[in-house]
Amino acid sequence: MIWAAQILQGVLLGGYYALIACGLSFMFSVMGVINLAHGSFAILAAFALWVLAEYLGISPLYGLVVVLPAMALLGVVFQRFVLERSSRAGFLIPVLSTFGLSICIDNILFQHFGADTRSLAPFLDDLSYDSWEPLGGVFVGKLSAYIFLAAVALLGGLQLFLSRTFLGRAIRATAADHDTVGLVGIDARAINTYATAIALVTVGIAGAALAMRATFSPYAGGPQLIFAFEAAVIGGTGSLWGTLLGGVVLGVAQSIGAQLNPQGFLIAGHAVFLIVLVARTLFGRLSDLLLALLTSKATG
Amino acid sequence: MTLLSVRDLEVRHGLLRAVRGVSFEIAKGETVAFVGANGAGKTTLLRSIAGAHLPVGGSIAFAGADVTHVPAYLRVRSGIALVPEGRRLFADLSVTENLLLGRAARSRGPWTFDTVMDALPQLRPIHNSLAKNLSGGQQQAVAIGRALMTNPSLLLLDEISLGLSPVAVDGVYAAIRKLIAMGTTIVLVEQNLDRAVAVADRLICMLEGSVVLQGRSGGLERARITEAYFGLAASASPAGAHV
Repeated sequence: MIWAAQILQGVLLGGYYALIACGLSFMFSVMGVINLAHGSFAILAAFALWVLAEYLGISPLYGLVVVLPAMALLGVVFQRFVLERSSRAGFLIPVLSTFGLSICIDNILFQHFGADTRSLAPFLDDLSYDSWEPLGGVFVGKLSAYIFLAAVALLGGLQLFLSRTFLGRAIRATAADHDTVGLVGIDARAINTYATAIALVTVGIAGAALAMRATFSPYAGGPQLIFAFEAAVIGGTGSLWGTLLGGVVLGVAQSIGAQLNPQGFLIAGHAVFLIVLVARTLFGRLSDLLLALLTSKATG
Repeated sequence: MTLLSVRDLEVRHGLLRAVRGVSFEIAKGETVAFVGANGAGKTTLLRSIAGAHLPVGGSIAFAGADVTHVPAYLRVRSGIALVPEGRRLFADLSVTENLLLGRAARSRGPWTFDTVMDALPQLRPIHNSLAKNLSGGQQQAVAIGRALMTNPSLLLLDEISLGLSPVAVDGVYAAIRKLIAMGTTIVLVEQNLDRAVAVADRLICMLEGSVVLQGRSGGLERARITEAYFGLAASASPAGAHV
């Protein structure tokens, strides 16, 4: 029963990882940018919600109404003044720029809020600890379940948006061929700006989820970036449902690791990430080798 | 009435002068074919008109307005559509999705999803297929349809028969003849001289970035075109001989 509970907790934790990974995966697939400031943006959104709750008494759920549009606006500024300018200098410069930006965000937050850890849980009343007991001895945290459902809804919504709307199709076309979209009348610059704004809204939701279910501090962005990266890579970058799967695999691995050993939480997650990475490389090479053998036999 | 006017156009690829002082005019409703060997500068010229390459000198005027430095997406909205060499379809989008992207031009005109399907009926049974799964001829039809969806006043067709089977080329040219009959102004780049002569009102021959010969399709002798095409004739002057 303990194992079932751990796996269930891992699946629900995977919902959070899918939330934080989807923005990273979205930006990489559309613009080819690896945003190293991704985790720091999530923490920034968490602090914004905390400030609204602590000083203005606005519940974090209502605070999202203010913070998410602000994150979208930040995405527009981020795209126009950082990514667009730095991408003119090649592939590496945007990566370095976002790395520098993450250091700036972390240190500005540290300067203003200090090193103390904070959480939005105290502002959620009993939602932060309330749970269901679907099976005897197996408890499901209501907040974790809602976050998992939010992840499914967000990924499903993004999937529908990309496949059913004109803007979604334009984003997919821009991701496929940035230069050719101009030849059908699409402004690739505007599309990239919309995509970044959408990505930062998802980061804002992920930051809220993190701050509600756990604690955060100014330097918590780095580990969140690593979890997002691992979930995106396990699930396959560019695939939204793959991102959910990647998040769940990472979450379950961490939960099982924690059950095996108190130090095993992070190690198990990283181990699964490495195994998937090696397996992909190995199977990729094997399939290439097989293809080469078949081709050489066919050509005689 | 002049629809497109190109004056002393200079386009570079790095240090290479791909287009050198090219000038010509195209009237509304006219079909003009650019011919020439590989590397003559035809594709670069067409891409410059569409806004995919910015020139370093000269000017491009479309419907009376200077569009020399206007970005490609705004040129599409003003009525210039390019069917690029190699089709450049969005491979993971369906035929329908590729066509509907043409609505980004926000221009009004006779071309809608239904009228494009009527003009290119081979697309109807495959409208849900992904572009990457289509044959070369089908992909070319989608590329033409996508350009038509922008309701262009000027349609630029770049090497549309390249890599296609003779049957597929016949199908594509049948569609072009329909467009010509509807009064669409067309500029095409074509290496197949017979095809070009058969559909174009006027032929412009390029060599090493310059116009070396131009005239009415029926008024140019085949031998003279061939000489200009390969740069064999002394008469093929850089200024461009008119017939």
